[in-house]
Amino acid sequence: MTGLTPNATPIHLAVALDGAGWHPAAWREPGARPDDLLTARYWADLTTTAERGLLDFVTIEDSLDLQSADPFSDDVDTRTDQVRGRLDALLVAATVAPLTRHVGLVPTVTTTHTEPFHVSKAVATLDHVSHGRAGWRVQVGGTRGETGNVGRRTLPPIRRDLASSPEGRAAVRERFDEAADHVEVVRRLWDSWEDDAEIRDVTTGRFVDRDRLHHVDFEGRHFSVRGPSITPRPPQGQPVVTALAHQTIPYELAARSADVVFVTPHDDEQAASILGEVRGAEARVGRNARPLTVFADLVVVLGSTTDAARTRRRRLDEAAGSPLTSDAHVFTGTAADLASLLLRWHDVGYDGFRLRPAVVVDDLTAVVDELVPALQRAGAFRTAYDPGTLRERLGLPVAVNRYAAASA
Amino acid sequence: MTQHRKQVILGAHFPGVNNTTVWSDPASGSHIDLSSFTHFAQTAERGRFDFLFLAEGLRLREQRGRIHDLDVVGRPDTFTVLAALAAVTQHLGLAGTINTTFNEPYEVARQFATLDHLSGGRAAWNVVTSSDAFTGENFRRGGFLPHAERYERAEEFIATARELWDSWPVDAVRADGADFLSDASAGTFEHRGKHFDVAGRFTVPRSPQVHPVVLQAGDSSDGRELAARSADAIFSRHSTGDGAREFYLDVKGRLERYGRRPDDLKILPAATFVLGDTDAEAVDRAAEVRRQQVSPQTAILLLEQVWNRDLSDYDPDGPLPTVDPIVSDASSIVRGRARQVGDPAAEAARYRAVAEAKGLSIREVVIELTGRQTFVGSPETVARALEHAVATEISDGFILVPHITPGGLDEFADRVVPLLQERGVLRRDYAEGATLRDHLGLGPARPASDWGTGVSAAHGASAEPLRTGVRASA
Repeated sequence: MTGLTPNATPIHLAVALDGAGWHPAAWREPGARPDDLLTARYWADLTTTAERGLLDFVTIEDSLDLQSADPFSDDVDTRTDQVRGRLDALLVAATVAPLTRHVGLVPTVTTTHTEPFHVSKAVATLDHVSHGRAGWRVQVGGTRGETGNVGRRTLPPIRRDLASSPEGRAAVRERFDEAADHVEVVRRLWDSWEDDAEIRDVTTGRFVDRDRLHHVDFEGRHFSVRGPSITPRPPQGQPVVTALAHQTIPYELAARSADVVFVTPHDDEQAASILGEVRGAEARVGRNARPLTVFADLVVVLGSTTDAARTRRRRLDEAAGSPLTSDAHVFTGTAADLASLLLRWHDVGYDGFRLRPAVVVDDLTAVVDELVPALQRAGAFRTAYDPGTLRERLGLPVAVNRYAAASA
Repeated sequence: MTQHRKQVILGAHFPGVNNTTVWSDPASGSHIDLSSFTHFAQTAERGRFDFLFLAEGLRLREQRGRIHDLDVVGRPDTFTVLAALAAVTQHLGLAGTINTTFNEPYEVARQFATLDHLSGGRAAWNVVTSSDAFTGENFRRGGFLPHAERYERAEEFIATARELWDSWPVDAVRADGADFLSDASAGTFEHRGKHFDVAGRFTVPRSPQVHPVVLQAGDSSDGRELAARSADAIFSRHSTGDGAREFYLDVKGRLERYGRRPDDLKILPAATFVLGDTDAEAVDRAAEVRRQQVSPQTAILLLEQVWNRDLSDYDPDGPLPTVDPIVSDASSIVRGRARQVGDPAAEAARYRAVAEAKGLSIREVVIELTGRQTFVGSPETVARALEHAVATEISDGFILVPHITPGGLDEFADRVVPLLQERGVLRRDYAEGATLRDHLGLGPARPASDWGTGVSAAHGASAEPLRTGVRASA
């Protein structure tokens, strides 16, 4: 790709943490620590490594169902050769918050089966305990497994082939509309306390100024929520809302509800076309907030040479018994070549990248020790953290309180 | 090994959103910042407490239709704070109050199992219920349950959570050789009940305690029975005297019919304290604290809760109202918390009698009749009283509620704890690797199928042998 104007803004870099890594055989690698996946120490080590690499944030995967080879299948997963079992992502983020100082913490929380009131105060509290480093990866649930586990409601399961029928598309659209309502309620609750609501006025005996607390009075098709939150407004005002999206309806959810979208281009051509689709979705939903910050997701298998990386991938695939497949492009090569790819896509218009390490202990370390220095040499990545919140790091504007603005 | 004296169990209740907590004191810090929770938790751990305790509120309280603004308002999310505290403490139990009405077992079970993993076996759950449509307005499930059904739901909720915690067999995670799992069905569960009809796979492998410690706050006969059937400890309101002993013996007496021993259920009343160099000084400080807790505005507000009517025109330094309370229970002026007044007419008569006998103003009579501290005295006096209460079957320990955030526990840890240690009724150090169950002298968690709650349940994994944990020497 030539003729592009170099993108002068710095690259943003995140890693997606999930168990031992994104390759199903990751846990078999010599340093993988498969016995530690449920310990605070393991997650503290990963996040401090990410922080050593000056990364913008980490995301943490989660689901209201056990991992399975195919979450959309009706068949019971009987595999015993892959990682199964995980901790609640938001609580993992909360535990590592006091052990880190800079790196953003973005847990995955599903919308379909959760209470917006609980999600709002949990993410707000993560923002309080991390001093403004919290985000939320919004995940729309609705597989058969999740619905059966939670049992609060009966829902037609969302299937992989949903786009192939009008009914399927309508069901998906409804689920995503509900997710948009969920995020709207969460955001309103974050604003339901004005920043200066706590006054501690001894003369009048008042701890809060109740005129600076607001009912949110959300009435939607799926639920209504009165508010205000029980938790004061988080330090960022609005923690960073992110979503992974692969097609039109999810792009539109991101455009309606998120600050950051993760997309999955597989080549240069898609890199350009998906960016176009995201901008199109923004126009269709009438997004009037600042345009989405767009990250490309990449699974990364790194090596000191291209051959070494390929050898690693081959070894992992053999251990897994099948080649790695992913919704995202799988990059196999050196950190220098990865840096070139990121710089090229950055010039296309991507703000950042969320890297999914194939083997966390190895590929996260390679990102920190090799990729980051390569990007720094290119002048495209920070050499130290600036003070500030995750929003500020990502260049998001100050979150104006909708209720304070209305009453001002 | 020498025979130990009966140990005093100590819980540290982070100051709550009511007028016990004094926010107007210059020493009062943030009720939201993690630094406050960290200070409080680390003080409790320095004082060798068993656990830290967080209460719950899911809707800001209102009085006369407006958000109540005289007490501390607002609190962070319980699970999130406890998970953060897991990183800055090593031994202290972490107890959270979590509602069974506005949650689902799958979510709550995975959150507590996660907390138990992240803390190395220190999680505890104080189970509460709500039948409050007012609070329900904050939730998509909305609404409420009839009083009887909310206990029924709570019991089935706990049973379902226990089934989920049991759903991963011991050593299901092998992570060695060919297999990550030693059992392809790990986490499989099925519960078909009146309130919960759920089946699938649980996400969190067996945690260090297997089941967190379960506390309840049952006080009615139904509540006591529920605790006797399904809890490890009771958070009680009966902290002193004959009422407390009666409660203690009543609840302990209910255990046998469920095949449980008296030691299997700990009775832990809430208690407040004020210390001084001498008993006399402590009494003076206690009076001053009471004045801080009952500001002129708060005096009127508390009186309104008795009179059940608007008294905002009354002078807190003047006499009690001559109008009578509104007895109708159709509409309480207080929303978002339990109203504590049973019979307004009788209560008002009591207020009038005391005010008349002692010549007290509204504020003075409210100070006199509400929220008196449980333990007031020198460190020696308080240590002796704590030991005495535990030795004489008033309780198995106390959940202490200081009135200042975050430093309200400091003086207790510095001055009372060493005396309890000298008396041999409080650990000098935590046992290495001990879980909260170990701290409390509870045995290994009993599987769901052992609890005999009468709730129909089908689940495959609960017959697995339990890990036999290391028990504290006490």
